[in-house]
Amino acid sequence: MTQFELIIEPNKTVKYFWKELWQYRDLFYFLAWRDILVRYKQTVIGIAWSVLRPLLTMIVFTIVFGKIARLPSGDTPYPVMVFAAMIPWQFFSNTFSEASNSLISNSQLISKVYFPRIIIPTTAMVVSLIDFAISFVILMGLMIWYGVMPDMKICLLPLLLLMAILTSLGVGYSIAALNVKYRDFRYVVPFMVQFGLYISPVGFSSSVVPEKWRLIYSLNPMSGVIDGFRWGLLGEDVGLYWPGFIISMGLSVLLFVFGVIFFNKTERSFADLI
Amino acid sequence: MGSIITVENLSKKYTIGHQRYGGYQTFRDTLSHGVSSVYQRLRHPFSPNSEEVETEEFWALKDINFEVKQGDRLGIIGRNGAGKSTLLKILSRITHPTTGRVHIKGRVASLLEVGTGFHPELTGRENIFLNGAILGMTKSDIKKSFDEIVAFAEVEKFLDTPVKRYSSGMYVRLAFAVAAHLEPEILIVDEVLAVGDAAFQKKCMGQMQQISKEGRTVLFVSHNMGAITNLCSSALLLSNGELKKNGKTNEIISSYLNDEELKQKNYFSRESDKTIPIGLLEARLLANNNQNSCCLSRNEPINVQIKYEINKKILSVHLYSSIIAADGTVVFGTGDADIDKSRFGIRRPGVYTCLYTIPPTILNEGDYSISISLGIPYQVNYQENNHVLRFSITDYVSSGRSIHNRRAGAIWLDIKWRYNNNSPFL
Repeated sequence: MTQFELIIEPNKTVKYFWKELWQYRDLFYFLAWRDILVRYKQTVIGIAWSVLRPLLTMIVFTIVFGKIARLPSGDTPYPVMVFAAMIPWQFFSNTFSEASNSLISNSQLISKVYFPRIIIPTTAMVVSLIDFAISFVILMGLMIWYGVMPDMKICLLPLLLLMAILTSLGVGYSIAALNVKYRDFRYVVPFMVQFGLYISPVGFSSSVVPEKWRLIYSLNPMSGVIDGFRWGLLGEDVGLYWPGFIISMGLSVLLFVFGVIFFNKTERSFADLI
Repeated sequence: MGSIITVENLSKKYTIGHQRYGGYQTFRDTLSHGVSSVYQRLRHPFSPNSEEVETEEFWALKDINFEVKQGDRLGIIGRNGAGKSTLLKILSRITHPTTGRVHIKGRVASLLEVGTGFHPELTGRENIFLNGAILGMTKSDIKKSFDEIVAFAEVEKFLDTPVKRYSSGMYVRLAFAVAAHLEPEILIVDEVLAVGDAAFQKKCMGQMQQISKEGRTVLFVSHNMGAITNLCSSALLLSNGELKKNGKTNEIISSYLNDEELKQKNYFSRESDKTIPIGLLEARLLANNNQNSCCLSRNEPINVQIKYEINKKILSVHLYSSIIAADGTVVFGTGDADIDKSRFGIRRPGVYTCLYTIPPTILNEGDYSISISLGIPYQVNYQENNHVLRFSITDYVSSGRSIHNRRAGAIWLDIKWRYNNNSPFL
């Protein structure tokens, strides 16, 4: 029999947070697996939907920003430039909105079983990762079609993806925790996603932002991620604005750390409130 | 052998907010409430804080102390709202105590609900893995006992069918089968055996006995005294959040059944409370001959007389009363403005007496209680008087049933069965 000791006290901080996460890794795996299965079982057009959505948005943005507003895209074809930004943005917005609502939609679990609650918003990310992979394949197709060749910088993509993960989870954890206490936060989420889409350089290149505003523009961590994706994927034509990128990178780490701490601080009251 | 669970001075407080429409808070309310209370403070800087008036503290558990030794099978009994579920939730770490300490030596698995996390779209096979993981099993644990689980649940043929197509019996069997194959040192079980048919319940009890024979510790909550007697070696009695008694199962059960609070009550009175607009003064149970009585016949109407006061002119208040069966099921509820909607108008201050009648041949044999609340529907409840009257229904005139078995259910109606031409009777 394993000697396993547990002390339950009020105000006990989560001392073994990481150890416990490791113990519950199987649950993380199964919850993520459930979300993926359910998603592709329930919707008949499951995969088609994750293909169509970014494609249609890309077409609209290319027409509105590229053709009507005639914004510049350097040497890169406008559709490719938009799509390279669409991928990290869709990943962010999916993860963020799913994570924000995840605790409420799993309230049954939270009030009946113990496990580290942070697993729930985190699994929301796994489904978005699958969509990300599908979109990435489409992007590869588009790049071949338009004859855009990536160079060695593409190896830095995982790092950029990590940055997108940290940002979306950081914001997602905070809003998910707030959502338990104040249910009207769920109305804020779609607004934040829509607002974010327009202030982030998704439909246009961030080079259209005047030089003196670029540092402030980088306070949106997703602008750094998106610029990074374009820079990493679209070859040498697209330069990277390094000071801004570093600020974005720092902010995404900060957001994540804040999200985890805030989530853990409020976690204890979830079962009583939900 | 040392204790496997030690509970010291354990208390749990809930804060209940009043005058809220839904069960949860919204950020908008908090904001607007914050703004209005700042405004109130500026206008009346010396009045007591409005915050304290609006929230009420409720101690679900008060200073609980007990120990459980390894291999013990402990039953936890008490009325609804006594704190049993809160205690289990703290022991299984779902919620945190307000004060006190619990020391547990061993892995805990808790089963507070059958089929937690089952997803209707997933197949039986998929749900076994999912539910197992949720209950704390590792993937290899589940694989190891997969065949046993399937055999126990008797669902071999339907393993690859989504559980939304399962009958409720199959669903419960599958869910319990997963839980029964957990291998923790401590198993916590809440009232889950109340579901499923008798044969399956028996099988589950057998499985739980088997678990405890293997030296595991079991904590078991139930309203079914038979199940507690069968399974548990010792028991705890909780009442209003306090630990009333701790000892041998038989003693605890008999003191639970003789609990003063559970005894029948045909009269209730409370002091007049002028701070609320409307309040109860008296409630009385009258049998047909107008005598106070507790043991009532199924064939007689039951009269409930209520005396209340109105302290100020008030719009759309009404009285609401519900009849509750011994297991906590609300049999029905009725309000004094249900039929005559004009009673939702303004009521004058004064003391009033009213009476309602429960028609005969509706309630089944058994124990019932009556709650009376006064307030404005969907807005505010000025006063709640829970279980103020208690009575039993017996069937004095046996309806010709040779073996006097109680029918299942809270109501018992005299239902007529008809045959057309072809009757089998002599």
